[in-house]
Amino acid sequence: MIKIAVLVKEVPDTWSDRRIDPGTKRVDRDGDVVIDEINEKAVEAALQVKESGGGEVTAVTMGPKNALDAVRKALAMGADAGIHIIDEALGGSDALQTSAALAAALGSRGFDLVIAGNESTDGRTAAVPAMLAERLGLSQATFLRTLTVKDGTVTGERMTDDGHVEVRASLPALVSVTEQIAEARFPNFKGIMAAKKKPVETLGLAELGIAAGDAGGANSWSVVETVAAKPPREGGTIIKDDGTAGQKLADYLASAKLI
Amino acid sequence: MSEYRPPISDLMFSLEHVVGYPAVAALPGFEHADLETVRDILTESGEFMADAVAPTNRESDTVGAHRNDDGSVTTPPGFIAAYDAYVEAGWGAVPLPEEFGGGGFPRTIGLIIQEMMLSANMAFALCPLLTQGAIEALLNYGSDEQKKSYLPKMVTGEWAGTMNLTEPQAGTDVGALTTRAVKNDDGTYAITGQKIFITFGEHDLSEQIVHLVLARTPGAPEGTKGISCFIVPKFLVNEDGSLGERNAVECLSIEEKLGIHGSPTCVMNYDGATGYLIGEENKGMRIMFVMMNSARLSVGMQGVAVAERAYQQSLAYAQERRQGLAIGAAGKDSAIIEFPDVRRMLMTQKAYLEAARHLMLLNAANVDISTNHPDEATRTRADEIVGLLTPICKGFGTDLGNELTSIALQIHGGMGFIEETGVAQHYRDVRIAAIYEGTNGVQAADLVGRKLGVRRGSSFTEYIKEIGSLDKELAKAGKGFASIRTNLAASVDALGKTTNWMLRHGLQDPNSILAGSSPYLRMWGVTLGGWLLAKGALAAAGMGDAKLAEEKLVLARFYAEQLLPQGVALQGAATAGESDLFALDAAALA
Repeated sequence: MIKIAVLVKEVPDTWSDRRIDPGTKRVDRDGDVVIDEINEKAVEAALQVKESGGGEVTAVTMGPKNALDAVRKALAMGADAGIHIIDEALGGSDALQTSAALAAALGSRGFDLVIAGNESTDGRTAAVPAMLAERLGLSQATFLRTLTVKDGTVTGERMTDDGHVEVRASLPALVSVTEQIAEARFPNFKGIMAAKKKPVETLGLAELGIAAGDAGGANSWSVVETVAAKPPREGGTIIKDDGTAGQKLADYLASAKLI
Repeated sequence: MSEYRPPISDLMFSLEHVVGYPAVAALPGFEHADLETVRDILTESGEFMADAVAPTNRESDTVGAHRNDDGSVTTPPGFIAAYDAYVEAGWGAVPLPEEFGGGGFPRTIGLIIQEMMLSANMAFALCPLLTQGAIEALLNYGSDEQKKSYLPKMVTGEWAGTMNLTEPQAGTDVGALTTRAVKNDDGTYAITGQKIFITFGEHDLSEQIVHLVLARTPGAPEGTKGISCFIVPKFLVNEDGSLGERNAVECLSIEEKLGIHGSPTCVMNYDGATGYLIGEENKGMRIMFVMMNSARLSVGMQGVAVAERAYQQSLAYAQERRQGLAIGAAGKDSAIIEFPDVRRMLMTQKAYLEAARHLMLLNAANVDISTNHPDEATRTRADEIVGLLTPICKGFGTDLGNELTSIALQIHGGMGFIEETGVAQHYRDVRIAAIYEGTNGVQAADLVGRKLGVRRGSSFTEYIKEIGSLDKELAKAGKGFASIRTNLAASVDALGKTTNWMLRHGLQDPNSILAGSSPYLRMWGVTLGGWLLAKGALAAAGMGDAKLAEEKLVLARFYAEQLLPQGVALQGAATAGESDLFALDAAALA
């Protein structure tokens, strides 16, 4: 039986206008938040590993009170336990600090496999999984679109710009998965009711052993210098057919790396 | 990503702050249905409806259901997969008794799941809705053995159910039905006759269909006093619960309809089919009445649900569509949402939708109090309130369904009239809701004919008093609430006076109150709506959320100032009596 941790996160709903607060230069999280879709897929991948060979799945999140909803969703889908890292002092953490907090939470628990989404739809640094693997000293296989765990080895197809490579790592390991990994199951009614009885552990700075002087946006290693609004959408390119439209269209698509 | 977004925050607000759900969750038997759990369930079931059911809606309209030559019926593309997923997720079981595998949740929560499923695809949702009706009949009147053999699989949705009432000559007057039930030696009955308008009478979504059929035994009294209710399964059920022989029931044809094309509306033929009596002979109408309140509330919710979907579509369109330049705007053109008349249409939709949703949930909360409250007097009063609110929910809710989907279509301009746009589907789909499960005229007649007389009118007048008592809070709430207070007071006053008029005239001249019954029902609907929106605005003002408080206040004020006045205006029509309706000879109407 292997112990699996899945990283999950609440992000602003992609339905709403997502924005960066120009004052704090952070993502505005005041609107509706939902579990990041990539995390649902990561949870699905974890559940499939569990179902194929036995195991225990723990959903791990870091964030304010409503971040717990992401854990609850994972529990309703079938995860067995949750960990919620919550401390006001952690607000504004950058990727390095986040990975440190996660590493502190996961470090001594003996997880065989950590599964993360390849990047969140809000911060989009796509750096936390690799940083966490590094901090925990795990082998890492990122950007996987398939995932199989067998005999102490995790294998999968890693997406690259030109195609994919087959990768393999011995457990314990960390993998990050792309949105192709799996379609997330719907939590069912029984799963939601069962989730209420599953254990969720809450960890703060003290439990993590992180010094207040290292925590949060004021002490972060990276600084957001400026933010700028997305330029308004420009009109599309219109190609008039004077006999060469096919060629022009192909050139255009090639220049945009679409073909 | 789906084009339907479940209105979870509106629903949660209504539950928590308007219709008194916390008191329902505190009732014995509902302890597990606390707000937090409810939010999880609604969020997940809503996401399910949006992602798994809503995408089937368009094709369900354009392709529709089809009857094959062998009598089988093929549902539209995607229905089987969506239904299997629905059964797997267990959403139908949420409000049903735990004894038969349900979740034991309040009706209120079940009704919200219905709303979201109906918004996602009304035609699809009718299959589970009809099953639920059949389940309720069996729960209340079935024998222990019948419950044991049918309910568990119906609760999960593995088996579907239908209601067979209507025959060509027996529609509103169900007592005129002629389907025969002759007792066999083994205690079963042989059912023979034809039923029409049977929703999901035949389909490919479930392995078994449990028909509940109204029929008449030989020598039974005339009219509704001689009707019995039977279980007629599509497949006979073996001792071990497995499915046996095919019963002598078949679908002869399905109707071509204005809307809900995905829902097969069947002509069903019973040719000596084996039926099992529910309860006693000649007591079938009692069973139907049990379901009626429940089914009528669900149909009222259909009006809200389809109007919500249409509203979302028209709001999106109003933000995208650019035509002309609004007053004071810069640039080449403006989104049509910037024009006052379009805003009026959107605000009208939004305000009515919120008011009607509160009303449906208030009714459901009273259903839950009437079944689970420990105090008998409280249960009895809640049951009276359910009796009062049910015809209003059905009539007003589905009238609004028609009006609001029509507005949604109007916002689309010429494109709304084009089927490809998809908004016309909502307008067509919802049209049936004001007709079936007792036409809205029948609802109004029920309101003044059966419900008004409860305790010589005290049931009504006490409730009007309760509505009026919000005045004290509105008086204290400050200037922003002033016009809400005035308009609500005027509407409550008109409702009270009209009710007194109805009570005075009802006994000696029943036709005069029937003549005004529809405007009277509307008065109730708009007044209740204004009351509930005002309650919501008052609650929001005290929550420390300025944005929410402003939203709820503006909505309540818009409603009070611009929609609620029709309550007062309808007093004349409600109390005009029948004289002018009949002053012209029927021939003179030609």
